[in-house]
Amino acid sequence: MYCEECKQKPAAVHLTQVYNGNIIQLHLCEECAAKKGGFIFDPGNKFSIPNLLSSIFGTGYTVESNPTTEIKTCPGCGMTFNDIRQTGKLGCSECYQVFAKEMEPTLRRIHGNSQHIGKIPSRGGEKVLLRRQLDNLKTHLQEAVNREEYEKAAEIRDSIKEMENRLV
Amino acid sequence: MSIENILNCSSVKWMESHEGQDDIVISSRIRLARNLIDLPFPLRLDQHSGNECLQRIKAVCEEEIPAVLNEIEFTGFDQLSNLDRRILVEKHLISPAHAESNSPFGAILLNQDGSLATMVNEEDHLRIQCLLPGLQLAASYELAQQMDDFLESKLEYAFDERHGYLTSCPTNVGTGLRASVMLHLPAMQMTGQTGQILQNIGQLGMTVRGLYGEGTEVSGNFFQMSNQTTMGQSEEEICNHLQAVTEQIVEQERMLRERLKLDLKYQLEDKIGRALGILNHARIINSTEALALLSDVRLGIDLGILSGIQPYALNQLIISIRPAHLQQCTAQEMDALHRDIKRAEIIREQIQGIK
Repeated sequence: MYCEECKQKPAAVHLTQVYNGNIIQLHLCEECAAKKGGFIFDPGNKFSIPNLLSSIFGTGYTVESNPTTEIKTCPGCGMTFNDIRQTGKLGCSECYQVFAKEMEPTLRRIHGNSQHIGKIPSRGGEKVLLRRQLDNLKTHLQEAVNREEYEKAAEIRDSIKEMENRLV
Repeated sequence: MSIENILNCSSVKWMESHEGQDDIVISSRIRLARNLIDLPFPLRLDQHSGNECLQRIKAVCEEEIPAVLNEIEFTGFDQLSNLDRRILVEKHLISPAHAESNSPFGAILLNQDGSLATMVNEEDHLRIQCLLPGLQLAASYELAQQMDDFLESKLEYAFDERHGYLTSCPTNVGTGLRASVMLHLPAMQMTGQTGQILQNIGQLGMTVRGLYGEGTEVSGNFFQMSNQTTMGQSEEEICNHLQAVTEQIVEQERMLRERLKLDLKYQLEDKIGRALGILNHARIINSTEALALLSDVRLGIDLGILSGIQPYALNQLIISIRPAHLQQCTAQEMDALHRDIKRAEIIREQIQGIK
């Protein structure tokens, strides 16, 4: 397959964009893809999700350094947010805390959501597990009250208290 | 020595047959991305933290391993030649990026039948993968989850309540789960319907890649479909969603195959017969052409037009004619022409029973 732009070189970049529910597919050679912009493209590297991703961090066409975020450095790995934008990768787990605010719109853009629901490791995740169970119990309590099952509701209330004590 | 077996064996778990349910969905894969707490992600590892990371992971493999995981063995990249790594890539056990990275901290945790392959220090410290034949997402997730539980009982993971499992790339954060299926869709491709189906897949939150994952092209009518997002849905939801979309695609492909058989019987038989003819008589064949023709032959077997070989043997054949496997087979480096000659020879041998 040849590049749709120059129609001379073989297409090396296959880009699928979903825009307002419409699919746009482009098959380009590396040079035309780089010219097209829309994502940061390093012809030295193979086209990959991270290249495309660094555009998600930025505003679109070019990633310009932002003096306010550039100063902040992750104490865990020494990465700045600008480094993250350029590589599309975080340096360590601490980055997620240090750049939580900056990462928020990015995560929403990628996942449409920025809250994990799913597996929790039993090690290091004990409190999270307890909090999830607590939320569940509170829902059950409300349901029991609605059904006027007061004995059951009292039992659930006691479990909630006990769990809250463990959380403190 | 499981790694030796895996490297030398023509088959790993995912290539086996699965009760006749593997004609369209060739294999199912679950991948979980995990990182260790207190250590920089692989991209930022230095000598000290890199060694620490490898040692922690290696130590876990020396502990008692649950029987269900089928004997996990640690192999550092220093024990694997470039060719070995390329063979692992062709068998789908590690990614091309992992094989090509010259990280001194790369390693792989493999079990005996190759159903569990955990990449160490690819983009994340751990990428647990479970590969099974046919459409077995739930079983595959279950096994990957058991491996995850085992590792997690010995290692502390980077996790926070809001973001879930923390990963180097924000596209994997949350569950760290990428579920995927490898599909063989010749009828859809022949009838020009793939474009439309793939469009719909995008809208359903799925993404399609080539045979070897990210950055590889679709060839021989083989597609890899996986979930796009990893956060905001539970693991079960992600797997169920992919399962449902896959079942729809399978149904569509089956319907199209039946229609082709009825409406274009002679054209279909001609195409399949010609493919077999070329494969039986070619003396030089490149990998793209071979894959396309083997795809036609596979369709012929699935539809009962051809017989004499099991579909799983075709899976093995497709892998055994990849460049690294050819090089291993002849025990010497070959240029493209000699590879193409050797490929044609192996194919002729393997398909001679097909009628």
